[in-house]
Amino acid sequence: MATYAFVLLAVLAIATALGIVLNKNTVNSVLLLVLNLLSVAGLYLLLQAQFLAIIQVVIYAGAIMVLFLFVIMLLNVDDEESLFDKFRIRYLLAFLLVVVVFGQILYSLGGVAEMLPEISPEMAQVGTVEAVSEVMYTNYLIPFEMTAILLTAAVVGALLIAQFKIKKDEEDE
Amino acid sequence: MAEAEVNSYLVLGISLFMLLNSAALTVYAERRIASFIQNRVGPNRVGPFGLFQPLADVVKLLLKEDVTPIHSYRFIHTIAPIIPVVTALMTIAVIPFGEGIYVTDINAGVLYLLAVASLGVYGVTLAGWASNSKYSLLGGLRAAAQMVSYELPLGMALASVVLFVGSLSVVDVAASQEYWWYLFLNPLGAIIFIIAAFAESNRTPFDLVEAEQELVGGFHTEYSSMKFGMFFLAEYMHVVINSMLITTFFFGSYHLPFAGYWLPEMSPLAKAILDVLVFTAKTIFFIFVFIWVRWTIPRFKYNQVMNLGWSKLLPLSILNFFVIAAILFALNAA
Amino acid sequence: MVEIDWYLALSAILFTIGALGVLIRRNAVVVLMCIELMLNAVNISLVSFASYHGDITGQILVFFSLSVAAAEAVVGLAIIIAIFRNNLSVDITRINLLRW
Repeated sequence: MATYAFVLLAVLAIATALGIVLNKNTVNSVLLLVLNLLSVAGLYLLLQAQFLAIIQVVIYAGAIMVLFLFVIMLLNVDDEESLFDKFRIRYLLAFLLVVVVFGQILYSLGGVAEMLPEISPEMAQVGTVEAVSEVMYTNYLIPFEMTAILLTAAVVGALLIAQFKIKKDEEDE
Repeated sequence: MAEAEVNSYLVLGISLFMLLNSAALTVYAERRIASFIQNRVGPNRVGPFGLFQPLADVVKLLLKEDVTPIHSYRFIHTIAPIIPVVTALMTIAVIPFGEGIYVTDINAGVLYLLAVASLGVYGVTLAGWASNSKYSLLGGLRAAAQMVSYELPLGMALASVVLFVGSLSVVDVAASQEYWWYLFLNPLGAIIFIIAAFAESNRTPFDLVEAEQELVGGFHTEYSSMKFGMFFLAEYMHVVINSMLITTFFFGSYHLPFAGYWLPEMSPLAKAILDVLVFTAKTIFFIFVFIWVRWTIPRFKYNQVMNLGWSKLLPLSILNFFVIAAILFALNAA
Repeated sequence: MVEIDWYLALSAILFTIGALGVLIRRNAVVVLMCIELMLNAVNISLVSFASYHGDITGQILVFFSLSVAAAEAVVGLAIIIAIFRNNLSVDITRINLLRW
């Protein structure tokens, strides 16, 4: 049962990921990424990480992707021509580079293949909200507080970058 | 275990059936109450008191021609109306209707509700974008901004309730209100939650998404036939769902006020019937409030909506959260 | 139960697709989306390690990576809007004002 679910979700994830890269329409890419994120959330559920699965949907699918969609609808740019209408040397180089990256990841995984963990007996309740919060608010409290600063800085920075330039006389009012 | 499964499937079936029907009945109720408020008669021809009016509406919608604009994005235009309906139906999974009467008990149920609510934005936004019409696009953009903005105070209000319960399970939230409703313990949170719920379901005074005078029909300008019917259905299902959520989180769910103090022991069957009746009555009351507000209060301007959300409700809800956390911490320490 | 190898392989494939997208796409918004895809691929491997070891720490790291991803997306999109305002395009090959 879990195997079938894994295969289904993995195929969905890979297919949507390819779709994002190959699709010409930006809004379609956003929707495919949402599907991809949902399938990844499903994989988290299979891995008993319920908290992360739901957080993934709330943060990624619910907030970040809406932001992407918003920006795309606001800018309304679709001027990129199709990827495959003419051959570019750039694509070939990119493809070769990516094959190298993939090979390197597989090679490094193969190097530690016998050290990979078996299924742990504690796996069943590893990702509940209680378990995550217990560790996060004790061992990782300071990093957790730092993320608050990071997010505040990001919001302020984004506002500063994206807003219209304020003229001097408007500022005085 | 087998019995519990049958039970939850039964609850799921009945609750979905009731949700779909209540959406239709809410449409009827809205029209009757609106006409009552405006001193008219309202639909009273089809069936007794016009009760079959929703059926007639559905037949009319199904028989209409399904128009898709030529330059629209056909695929997205087609799937967009499905999304809000699906998210509304998904919400029902974690709401308890009585003691032990729920579909499933997720240990992060409150987060699940927020996750599902945040997915609902896509339907409206994509509908606006895919129609390829400027009114629809404006409606869709307004919807995205408004729903994302009001999710934050909604989430903070829910968090202030979760502080009392100490659990993210909706079933625990409902069960813990046997003595005191959270309306009494957390009145500010309740008010913030109700306002945010109105904004989330795009009802007046927050219906800028489909403001008729400015945007023709807003995001569903280019929709007709049953695709429009889906949006229509979804809007009323969200009214029902949000009434259920208000009831569940702040108005004692299936408990009568202070029930723990005076309600005598009852047989399980009688208790179950009472629970469901109490829950239904409260939900119906809040559906009425939704309709009542719609026909009483005029619409905001858009800058007022954003102003209210970001510079009033959000700081207020965070402050409320802090104060409650401090009080509970002091009480627990003492 | 699925072996952890499969999760790691999936993670590697998704990461590679994301890297490919970053390299060949010219729309800045899609490039940002591909970066999110790569972050997600890494998150999958972190969560799978956390689950198979029975150690929650990996999931905590994913939580932090999620918040970093959110911050990155916000700032990235703000930069894209600022660029669009000056250039009327988000094609990264046309953003070459400071290139030698």
